[in-house]
Amino acid sequence: MARAVTPKQKAINTGLAWTIGLLIFFPILWTILTSFKTEAEAIASPPVFLNFSWTLENYAIVQERSDYLRFLWNSVIIAGGSTILGVIIAVPAAWSMAFVPSRRTKDILLWMLSTKMLPAVGVLYPIYLIFIQLGLLDSRIGLVVILMLINLPIIVWMLYTYFREIPGEILEAARMDGAGLREEILYVLTPMAVPGIASTVLLSFILAWNEAFWTLNLTAANAAPLTAFIASYSSPEGLFYAKLSAASTMAIAPILILGWFSQKQLVRGLTFGAVK
Amino acid sequence: MSLKRALAATTALNLCAAVVPAAAQDSSITIATVNNGDMIRMQGYTDQFTAETGIGVEWVTLEENILRQRVTTDITTRGGQFDIMTIGMYETPIWGANGWLIPLDDLSAEYDVDDLLPAMAGGLSHDGTLYAAPFYGESSMIMYRTDLMEKAGLEMPDDPTWEFVRDAAIAMTDRDNDVYGICLRGKAGWGENMAFLTAMSNAFGARWFDENWRPQLDSDAWSETLNFYLDLMEEAGPPGASSNGFNENLSLFQQGKCGMWIDATVAASFVTNPDDSAVADSVGFALAPNTGKGRNSNWLWAWALAIPAGTNQQAEAKQFIEWATSKDYIELVAENEGWANVPPGARTSLYENPDYQAVPFADMTLKSILSADPLNPTVEPVPYVGIQFAAIPEFAGIATQVGQEISAALAGRQSAEEALSKAQALTEEEMEAAGY
Amino acid sequence: MATQQSRSAARLMMAPAVVLLLGWMLIPLTMTLWFSFRRYLPLRGGDLGWTGFDNYVRFFTSSAFWPSVQTTLILVGGVLVITVVLGILLALLLDQPMWGQGAVRVLVIAPFFVMPTVSALVWKNMFMDPVNGLFSHLWRAVGAEPVAFLSDVPLGSLIVIISWQWLPFATLILLTAVQSLDNEQMEAAEMDGASVLSRFRHLVLPHLSRAITIVILIQTIFLLSIFAEIFVTTGGAFDTRTLTYLIYQRVLESQNVGLGSAGGVYAIILANIVAIFLMRIVGKNLDR
Repeated sequence: MARAVTPKQKAINTGLAWTIGLLIFFPILWTILTSFKTEAEAIASPPVFLNFSWTLENYAIVQERSDYLRFLWNSVIIAGGSTILGVIIAVPAAWSMAFVPSRRTKDILLWMLSTKMLPAVGVLYPIYLIFIQLGLLDSRIGLVVILMLINLPIIVWMLYTYFREIPGEILEAARMDGAGLREEILYVLTPMAVPGIASTVLLSFILAWNEAFWTLNLTAANAAPLTAFIASYSSPEGLFYAKLSAASTMAIAPILILGWFSQKQLVRGLTFGAVK
Repeated sequence: MSLKRALAATTALNLCAAVVPAAAQDSSITIATVNNGDMIRMQGYTDQFTAETGIGVEWVTLEENILRQRVTTDITTRGGQFDIMTIGMYETPIWGANGWLIPLDDLSAEYDVDDLLPAMAGGLSHDGTLYAAPFYGESSMIMYRTDLMEKAGLEMPDDPTWEFVRDAAIAMTDRDNDVYGICLRGKAGWGENMAFLTAMSNAFGARWFDENWRPQLDSDAWSETLNFYLDLMEEAGPPGASSNGFNENLSLFQQGKCGMWIDATVAASFVTNPDDSAVADSVGFALAPNTGKGRNSNWLWAWALAIPAGTNQQAEAKQFIEWATSKDYIELVAENEGWANVPPGARTSLYENPDYQAVPFADMTLKSILSADPLNPTVEPVPYVGIQFAAIPEFAGIATQVGQEISAALAGRQSAEEALSKAQALTEEEMEAAGY
Repeated sequence: MATQQSRSAARLMMAPAVVLLLGWMLIPLTMTLWFSFRRYLPLRGGDLGWTGFDNYVRFFTSSAFWPSVQTTLILVGGVLVITVVLGILLALLLDQPMWGQGAVRVLVIAPFFVMPTVSALVWKNMFMDPVNGLFSHLWRAVGAEPVAFLSDVPLGSLIVIISWQWLPFATLILLTAVQSLDNEQMEAAEMDGASVLSRFRHLVLPHLSRAITIVILIQTIFLLSIFAEIFVTTGGAFDTRTLTYLIYQRVLESQNVGLGSAGGVYAIILANIVAIFLMRIVGKNLDR
C-alpha cells in the first residue's frame, strides 16, 4: 500500500526504520565486534565499541582447538542432504494435494504439522535405541533422515501453498496437448514451481542448520555439525566472551551470508501462501 | 527435466558422502570430555601421544551439562559411541557397580597406581576396584585477596570459621567500586550451587538423608545453613549471584571483583596466572570454613577417565588413560607451561616434588583434599557415600531441582523456609518414585 | 478435472510422505506409550517391569506439573503477542517509502538465521549478565543498579530472547501481506475522513487476519517445543520450567524414562488441545 509521501515523511520513515533495524541487528553486530577483541576488552567497563585493538587471535585459538571446516562440512551435508531428500519426497505429495484435493487434504496437512508437536526429549531414548539397532549413531545419514522427517511437514505445507497458486487451466491445456502425468510434472509444473521450491529449500536448510537437539545428542566425533562445535564454547573456565563470540560468528556466518544473498527468495518462502 | 535429475544426482552424492564413515582409521579412539582448561590443554598434547603410539585420537569436547546428558544416554543404552568418557566421582561408583565400566585393575607397573592419592582412588572405585583414573582432583578452599584483607584490617587464619568469613566479607565489600566481599555459587545445579551448599551444610551438621533414607531438608541444620548463606550473600555478595556458577565466579574473581571466593582448588592456578587474572599477585588461600562441629565445608571431586564396557578399542583406550594420567604427562606439562599449570590433585608424588611445593597453592590444596572424607561427610551418620553429593542414581535429578528452589530463594523470589519445604517435598516425591 | 486415474496417482504420490510421517509419529509414539507404563530407570538397570498408571499419576500429581503447564502457556502466549503486535507495526513501517528499504529488511531478518543456542548464549552472557553484560553497563551509565535479568525477571527475559528470534519471521509474513493491501481502498477511506485507527481496524486488520493466523500457527508449533533457550539461560530455574523442560528433567536429569514418557504423553495431549483450538481458527481462515 505504498503511496507517495512528502520528503519529510520519507526522512522520518527512513530514520525510524533504520533505528529499529539496527537495534534488532545489534546483538549480532556486537557478537561480531566482540570476536575481534581481546578477552579483557570484551568485558571492559565502559564497553568499547570500535576503538579497540582489532585482533584475529580468538579465531586462531578456536580453529586450533576444533577443526572448524569439519564441523562446517557436516553441517552442510546434514542440512543439505535432509533438505534435498525432504523436497524429493514432498513435491509429489504437495502436488497431489494441490491438484487432486479431497475432503481429507486439509486434515492430512494439519496432521502432518501436528507431528512436529511431539516433544523431542520425550522420544530421545526410543530414537537412541533404534539408532543403535540400525547402527546409525554418529552417522550423517541418520541425521539426514531425522532432520528430513522433522522438516517434512513444513516443506509439504509450503510447497502445497505454492502449487495451489498455479492455475489449473495450464494443466488442462497441457493435458489436451497429450501430456501424461510425468510430462505434466516435469515440463509444466516444475518450471512454474521453481521459485517456490527454491524458497522452500532455503527455509528447510536454515531450520536444519539451526537444529540443536538431535544433532547434539546423536553425534560424537564423525558427524558432529556446528551446533556441537558451539557446545564446547558455551561456558568454559575463565574469560570467554571473545572466544565465544568468535565461535558464534563462525557458526552463524555461513547461514547469515547465504540468507542475505537469497533474502528475496526467502521472503517469498516465508509467506506460506499468506498472500494471494 | 534437468532440475529433478540434478536434484537426484546431488542427493545420491550426498548420501554416498554420508554413508562412507569419515576418517575410519583403524586404531583411532573417541574421547568425550568436558571443556575445562586442563582438558583443553591435554588436547594440545595429543599429537605427542599419537606420535608415540600410532593411535589416533578424536575429541568430543562439550560443556559439562551437555557432556553429562550425552555420556549418560550412551552408557545406559550401550550406545558405544565413545572409547573413553570423562566422568566424575559421582558417576564412577554407580556405573562401576552396574558393570558398565572396564575395571582398571591391570595397569602397568610403571604407571604406579599406588601413587594415586588414596582419597581420589577411593572415590573412583567400587568395592575396591578402580574404575576410572583421575586426570585431576580437587577439593574446595577459600581464595581471598590479601590486599583487601589487609585493608579491612583483618588476618585470615588457616582454618577460619564461618563467623569470621562473614565478618571479613562484610568488611571487604565496597559496592561503589564493584568489590563484593564474597562470591559463592548460586546457579542451580547439583554440580553447581548444591555442590557448594551440600559441602557447606556438612559444616553446620546437616545431612541429605538419615540412615533410613528419609530426606532431611526440613531439619534445623539445613535451615541454619541456608539462612546463613542467604544472609551472607545479601550483605556481601555480587548482584545476580543466583546465576553465578564456577565459571562466572572465576571471571569475577579474576577481574578483582571478589574479596573471597570459596570454590574448587583447581581454580587457584587460574586466579594466580598473571595472563588471565588481574589480581594474580595478591591471592591467599585457606581451608574452607567450619562452625566448630568438626567438619569443614570442603568437597572432594575428581575428573577421571573411564572406559565404557563394550568398546572394541579397550587396549588402545587403556594406553591413552595410562599416558594422560601418568607422572610423565605431569612432567610434560610442567616443562612446557610451568609447574603451576599441571593437572593437580591426582598423585602423591606431585606433592612430594620440591618444584611443585614451591607453587603457592600446593600446600593448601593437599590439606583440603586430605581433610575430606567421603565416607563420613557430616557430623551424623549417613547411608550414602559422597561429600557434596550422595552417590545414588537419583541424586543428580533431585539436587538439581532442590538447587533451583534454593537459587530462587537467593534471587529473593521466595523465603529460605519456602525453598526448603518445597525441596523436602520434591525430594520425598522423587525418592518415592525411585522406590525407597 | 480429477479423474479416477489421477486420484489413485495422487494417492500414490502422497504415499511416501504420509507413510514416512506416520512412521515418524507412530514408532516413537508407540515406544513412548510402552515406556510410560513401565518402571524404566536406566541407571538402575533399565526396564524393571510393568507399573500400570503409576507414572501417569505421579507425573500429574507432581507439584511441578501445573506450574509447568502454566509457564508453557505464558511463554508461548507472550512470544505470540509480542511478535504479532510488533510484527504488524514493523511491517506497516517497512512498507512506507524510505531510503534503503532492502538494507533495513536485511537487518530485520538477520536474527532468524542465528542458532537458538548461540542467541541464548549471546543474550545471557553479553547482554543480560548483571556484571559484565552490556545492559548492566548501560544501567550503571545512567546511575541505576544493574538488573539481574535472568533471575529477577526470568520468564520475561526468556520471552524477550525468543521474541527477538521470531520477530523477523512474523514481520516478513505480515509485510508481504501488508504489501498486497488495496491502495485505492485505503485512499478512498482516507478521503472519507476515516482516522488512522479506524482504517487500521476496518481495513488493515481484516486483510492481515490470514497472515496473522499463519504466524500464530507456525510459531506455536515451534514454541511448544522450545528447549535450547531455557537450557542455556536458566536451566529451568525460577519458574521457567515448561512442560518440555520438565520432561527433559525427568528423562535425563532424574533418569526416569518411564515417568518422562508419561510426561511426553501429557505433552502430546496438550499439543493436540492447542492444535484442535488452532485448527478451528486456522481451518476457517485458511479457506478464504
